[in-house]
Amino acid sequence: MAVTEETGTTSIDGKPQSAWSGLSLGSIPTPYWIVGAVMLLMPALVGPFFLFQVFGWALILGMIALSLMFLGGYGGMVSLVQMSVAACAAYMLAIFGDSAITQISLGWPWWVAIPIALIIATGFGTLTGALAVRTEGIYTIMITLAIASAFFYFTRQNYVLFNGFSGFNGVKPPQLFGVDWRQPIPFYYLTLFWAAVAYLSVLYVSRAPFGLALQGVRDNARRMEALGYNVTAHRIAAYVFASFIAAVAGILLVWLNGQVSPGTAGIGPAIDILIIAVVGGLARPVGPFIGAIIYVLLRTFALDFMVSMGLSGERFQLLVGLVFLVIVFWSPDGILGLWERWRNRMNSTDPLTGEARNKDGGSEA
Amino acid sequence: MKDFMARNPFWSLIIVLAICFLIWAIFAPWPPGFVDTFGRKKIFLNALFNGVTLGALYFLVASGFTLIFGLMKNVNLAHGSLYLLGGYIGYDVANTTGWWLLSFVVVFVVVGAMGVLLQVLVFQRMEGEDLRQTLVTIGISIVVADLMLWYWGGDFYQILTPDWLSGPIQLPIVTAVKSSGEAVFLKYPFVRIVILVASIVIGLAMWLSLNKTRVGMLIRAGVDDRDMLSATGVRIQRVFVLVFAFGAGLAGVAGVVGGTFQSLAPGEDTRFLLASLVVVIVGGMGSIPGAALGALLIGLAEQFGSVYMPTYAVVLTFLIMVVVLAFRPQGLLGERR
Repeated sequence: MAVTEETGTTSIDGKPQSAWSGLSLGSIPTPYWIVGAVMLLMPALVGPFFLFQVFGWALILGMIALSLMFLGGYGGMVSLVQMSVAACAAYMLAIFGDSAITQISLGWPWWVAIPIALIIATGFGTLTGALAVRTEGIYTIMITLAIASAFFYFTRQNYVLFNGFSGFNGVKPPQLFGVDWRQPIPFYYLTLFWAAVAYLSVLYVSRAPFGLALQGVRDNARRMEALGYNVTAHRIAAYVFASFIAAVAGILLVWLNGQVSPGTAGIGPAIDILIIAVVGGLARPVGPFIGAIIYVLLRTFALDFMVSMGLSGERFQLLVGLVFLVIVFWSPDGILGLWERWRNRMNSTDPLTGEARNKDGGSEA
Repeated sequence: MKDFMARNPFWSLIIVLAICFLIWAIFAPWPPGFVDTFGRKKIFLNALFNGVTLGALYFLVASGFTLIFGLMKNVNLAHGSLYLLGGYIGYDVANTTGWWLLSFVVVFVVVGAMGVLLQVLVFQRMEGEDLRQTLVTIGISIVVADLMLWYWGGDFYQILTPDWLSGPIQLPIVTAVKSSGEAVFLKYPFVRIVILVASIVIGLAMWLSLNKTRVGMLIRAGVDDRDMLSATGVRIQRVFVLVFAFGAGLAGVAGVVGGTFQSLAPGEDTRFLLASLVVVIVGGMGSIPGAALGALLIGLAEQFGSVYMPTYAVVLTFLIMVVVLAFRPQGLLGERR
């Protein structure tokens, strides 16, 4: 992976810096403290349903969308295969570990099954990436969409390994340290921990030399190649990293649902992940989590909401589609982009003159 | 053609041999040993003919897609929705008026108009922004799919074949020889033959008008360098709208065809979007002959797959795509840019 010679960026005074330098506790902005505290204290604030079905699910979907955001935002490669990678990890855990389908599941202990599942799923994502990086831009979307649907059809047709249409059920997390990890509160903290790890590692990698080189490849692949960077290797390495995050999320997902079936990795869910990432915003790692919360809230409550408005609840997909359409039509960089533009308009100086803007944002118009 | 043979003598030989074998397999009665390994000849012939007609349908859908992409670099992931919408509208028209042929005209006009709307309202606003076009068209396809589900419901629809087209006809191809020495000829639905011939005619007409007419010349020039074309004074946006309307109308017409010899239901839009994606990836983006070759390959693969390895027939098409991508990323007949 270390294609470059450098080990870290260099600060102005010449001292070598790691990607985390300048990060003391005091430099973390206040909103991060507030969000962190709220997330940690969440079990005291909401009931088990919210904890498990809303926040647990949103954090997992957020992680999968985060892996897409890493590829799309930093690598310029929008991959629709991330949901399939997650489902692949889930399947592998069910096959090597325990499930209710005893004639297929091997029943190996969790400390063997989980690493194997992660490795196989990451390998699957890497292979897909190696194929997809042979093309660029829009072709990547089409090819990953086609591979994702191939995975869906394959799992639906294969009964020897993937148990066909019904998939696996009864996949439970192990009883570790005497805690039942499927209870809402332990499971919430488990997903919160891994989501935080994934978020921070994406943040770290995006500032590390590899991440910076990847962003260089995104902006101008030819120039990076001329500078001596191996463009293909960087892109494939990005797929490895993103696939690993998606694989971890997939294992959490199968514990959340207790089952995995071809429907988990269908074309609809694959596109939903793209919707989540785009609605949240592809520019920052926090975007996918915001998108996931909105998606899960819509998914859980749109039905009740639409029924109470006198519409039939079946039109849920229409509502999601319209929200998505409105956001991508008017704000290509998602909710975060909207928020940033609004903030810039409210309180900032003009970037050209340095003068304070009018309250009504006259210079913007 | 000559270039290809001069450069790849080995592959040319294999292709020629394969074609000879295919011709023999179609026209000659099969020897018994052959029947034991591959099953009856009738099954093989039916798979072949179904594959070719399915390929014709795929070609109708994918040629519009590839034309739009090749000229405007517009990625229209709502293409499958245009197909299904065309099918539904065609069903309603054919059902109320009773004229099957009229439905083609109405669908071509209506869906073509939808294409004009798409081009003017969506694509002109975000020219050159690939990702945004993709996302917006995905959004449109979700919304349109749900609206269609709302209006037409989740039932299966099939457009009735008119009387003068229904029923099988006998083809001059021997499937088996009875013990009495009497030859049995293949019977095949007439409507499918008509659809196949019509697609070939449409394909040829497209190829001719692209290569022999003034509009075709403009389109080809636009594919090569559209900035230069607009600099020479051509009102290129009009050409764009025209091509988009034609491509969308073709997708709608394909919907009527698909509704006649298959069926219409929610989910068919995704299926045909995926099929046209695979077809143009295999054949080469923006190339009409490529779309024809890709459609034929995918149609045949799907039908032969469903006969000889039923479990993984769907996966086979994607496998072909992966192999093509691995060895020829620009597609079989695509040009490297």
